[in-house]
Amino acid sequence: MLTALILMPLLGALIIMLFVRGDGEHAAGEARYVALFTTCLTFFVSLAAWIGFDGSTANFQFIEKHEWFTGFNISYSLGIDGISLFLLLLTTFLMPICILCSWESIQHRVRAFMACFLILESMVIGVFCALDAVMFYLFFEGMLIPMYLIIGIWGGKQRIYAAYKFFLYAFAGSVLFLVAVLYLYFSFGTTSIPDLIKLAPTLPLSVQKWLFLAMLASFAVKVPMWPVHTWLPDAHVQAPTAGSVILAGILLKMGGYGFLRFSLPMLPLASHYFAPLIFGLSVVAVIYTSLVALMQQDMKKLIAYSSVAHMGFVTIGIFTFNIQGLDGAMVQMISHGLVSGALFLCVGVVYDRLHTREIARYGGVVNIMPKYAVIFMFFTLASVGLPSTSGFVGEFLVLLGAYHTNTWVAFLATSGVVLGAAYMLWLYRRVVFGEVVHDDVRNMHEMNTREMTFFIPIVLLVLWIGLYPKPYFSAMEASVKQLVAQSAVGVKP
Amino acid sequence: MMGDIHFTSYMALLPELYLAVATLLLLLYGVYRSPRVDTPMVLLGLLIVAITGACVFHCFKGTQLVMNGMLITDAFSTLAKYLLLMGTALTLLLSADWLRENGGKPFECVMLMLFSTLGMMLMVSAADLLTLYLALEMSSLSLYVLAAFDRDHAKSSEAGLKYFVLGALASGMLLFGISLVYGFAGTTNFSALSTLFTGSHDVVSRGVIVGLILVIIGFCFKVSAVPFHMWTPDVYEGSPTPVTAFFATAPKVAAFALLARLLMQPFGALAGQWQQVIIFVSVASMIVGALAAIMQTNIKRLLAYSSIGHAGFMLMGLAAANEAGVQAMLIYLGVYIFMSAGAFGCVLLMRRQGHYIEDIRELAGMSQTHPASAFVLAVFMFSMAGIPPLAGFFGKLYVIWAAVGAHLVWLAIIGVITSVISGFYYIKIVKLMYFDDPKPAFDNDSSLLLRAAIAISATVTLLFFIIPTPLVEQAKAAAEALLK
Repeated sequence: MLTALILMPLLGALIIMLFVRGDGEHAAGEARYVALFTTCLTFFVSLAAWIGFDGSTANFQFIEKHEWFTGFNISYSLGIDGISLFLLLLTTFLMPICILCSWESIQHRVRAFMACFLILESMVIGVFCALDAVMFYLFFEGMLIPMYLIIGIWGGKQRIYAAYKFFLYAFAGSVLFLVAVLYLYFSFGTTSIPDLIKLAPTLPLSVQKWLFLAMLASFAVKVPMWPVHTWLPDAHVQAPTAGSVILAGILLKMGGYGFLRFSLPMLPLASHYFAPLIFGLSVVAVIYTSLVALMQQDMKKLIAYSSVAHMGFVTIGIFTFNIQGLDGAMVQMISHGLVSGALFLCVGVVYDRLHTREIARYGGVVNIMPKYAVIFMFFTLASVGLPSTSGFVGEFLVLLGAYHTNTWVAFLATSGVVLGAAYMLWLYRRVVFGEVVHDDVRNMHEMNTREMTFFIPIVLLVLWIGLYPKPYFSAMEASVKQLVAQSAVGVKP
Repeated sequence: MMGDIHFTSYMALLPELYLAVATLLLLLYGVYRSPRVDTPMVLLGLLIVAITGACVFHCFKGTQLVMNGMLITDAFSTLAKYLLLMGTALTLLLSADWLRENGGKPFECVMLMLFSTLGMMLMVSAADLLTLYLALEMSSLSLYVLAAFDRDHAKSSEAGLKYFVLGALASGMLLFGISLVYGFAGTTNFSALSTLFTGSHDVVSRGVIVGLILVIIGFCFKVSAVPFHMWTPDVYEGSPTPVTAFFATAPKVAAFALLARLLMQPFGALAGQWQQVIIFVSVASMIVGALAAIMQTNIKRLLAYSSIGHAGFMLMGLAAANEAGVQAMLIYLGVYIFMSAGAFGCVLLMRRQGHYIEDIRELAGMSQTHPASAFVLAVFMFSMAGIPPLAGFFGKLYVIWAAVGAHLVWLAIIGVITSVISGFYYIKIVKLMYFDDPKPAFDNDSSLLLRAAIAISATVTLLFFIIPTPLVEQAKAAAEALLK
């Protein structure tokens, strides 16, 4: 089943590359429909995985294992648990939306765009399903190629700079992860993730420290944590809307997922040792980037900085090592994926009409596009963490977990929530309220059915998680509990 | 002493004998039938290479010493022969257009490639310092002439001269080193040397060490490792592109294989002495390869520096001085000849009105004018940068693996850092092709043979990860045979 999930988008990409011919409008249309169909199909298959998922066990499920590199003990092995299940679902859920939102905004080289997106999807699914560290790395790094092309070909004016920066940051981070994985291989003779989780915690702290730092280099760039977050604003601003949605919605989650899958269970001693460092960096991220966000003139850049702040909550939650914190981090990741993805879509909607992202060029949009104003309002509040939205559940649990571990961290992070409200609501006021001062704003037209189609499911999902998160918690409960136990191995209380 | 010369031992030499005879026959065909290269001649050349490969396959029956222990065939030499014959075949395919243009180049070009290949096959079979030297010279002399083959172009003549002078210097050092080793050890035979050094590391004389270092220096010239790499960019740039492609494939395999045999077999017991030299050369090559290529605008110079960086990686495998290291080096070589041949094949596609273009800026927008060619070149570039799941990644994975396994973690870290730096110029080429506005299209009249060479290389590079086992297993068997 998981192999099928990885292969389906790849197959779609092959069909687009090999069988859709020509450059005309006709071929572009075919490519769009193939991509939409493939991503929807992938989504339904992943839903089937959720239905078939047994939430009562922490073991990996849907396991597939085949020999791959004989003699080196690298195998092709896939499987998911409660943690990866929801990130997988988030991926397959956001992909059709991305295809829909690029329906009209991408007009040149449509075939290549759709093919890149599908390849990207299959790589990301691979990251969340891989149960072998080398395979994980293969997908983790392989996704750089399509993303580099997406930013570089269909991006904004500074796209080349942003594409380089994205590529080199991510590449530099992840190669150190590879060295760490090879070191683990020589210590234990395997790269299988479940085996390493059992074996690696026996390493002494002195070794764990180095391995932790090597892995941190890779995951911190992806999350991104302060001070290696600088690629994110550039990449977000320059990427096309769909690219930003994927970056914010999914690629950032790979960093958090890496911490949950590798750092915590494999290197518990070092994780506890470095937790204060992570807390420090996260608090700086939450407060500093919130302040930076206040000053932004560009809508996308503002949301990009808000992403860094929100991901700061995720890393705080992960390193509290308790159930509330980890549950909170998971919900915050999913919620941020949905909400910031939706915010980028909101920016995309007005950008398609006015071709500028400068906040000052808007104002009074509510008079022209009331439906849009409602949607944008909803996601602004979800981003701020209004109760009954998913953002609230995530932030509340993270703060609760942090309060148990370190009161100061909880206190400082809470101030970040206040700042978050400030910059988001101010952004909303400047764009949506007030008088219409620019004539071209007056000529904008209300959202069409296609645009409504991709917002409605996100709205429903955000409300669902906000009001009734129990199905989510019950599916990941066992895995999170096990993770808490694993991250305490060998740690003196 | 002369007793073991009998027929069966010569059977092991069948591939070399066949190649020699067949090349001479092809020479006669050239003299009497077609003084200029035409399609049948290229195809005959390919056929000869293919039959030689079949002979290598047929004659491999475990480890065999031939001609009084002057030559050896084992799993290691067999794999090296497959790889270098593959390199020659790919080069022949992708030179087809160049060879046949303007009524055909003089037919000697094909002969020189084949004779050089013969020398290389003897190189990887050498089991004595004397055969080592003779075989190396045989292949090198052909290469000097090939470098200067476009004799009407000043650059090509310059490249040939430069290569010859520096190559001769390297050969001199090599020979001096060999004579020192012989003078102090009293033998030139690999197995005799090995027996001599095993279990007596404390009494190895300085003279042997100096000799060994000189021999290593000689080889560093051949594999273009820093600090003996100076000739590489100039020769790569000046030589005709197909010849450059040849330099980057088959001779690399032969020189690395011979160096590996030399260091692991006769001097295996002295690993403590040469390991640090190889580590230094490896680090220096990786750093220079990564940094110096950034500013290059000529694609052949860029690929020259890139090949220096790759040499550094292969030496990293050798620096591990164990079985995993040799295996990793062979895997890297196997992957590298395909990436390299493919990349040069793409360079050969860069022609406008029959003129070859070497400025990388002319690649701008190639994804729109030639989508397929741009795609494969992008594949080669990402693969050389070491991005999974392309073949180049697995080459790097294995050498880093070997280095970590030999407790050379810091060497592995330098390796990955330089691979990030070199990633910059590889993705620069992708950027030019995909992000920039198109320049006028290139000629679209390349032949089926050239396209086939590129397609084969691209397929291997792209799909290696699906069936990696054949190369990995062969390399393992070869490494085992070498360290037995």
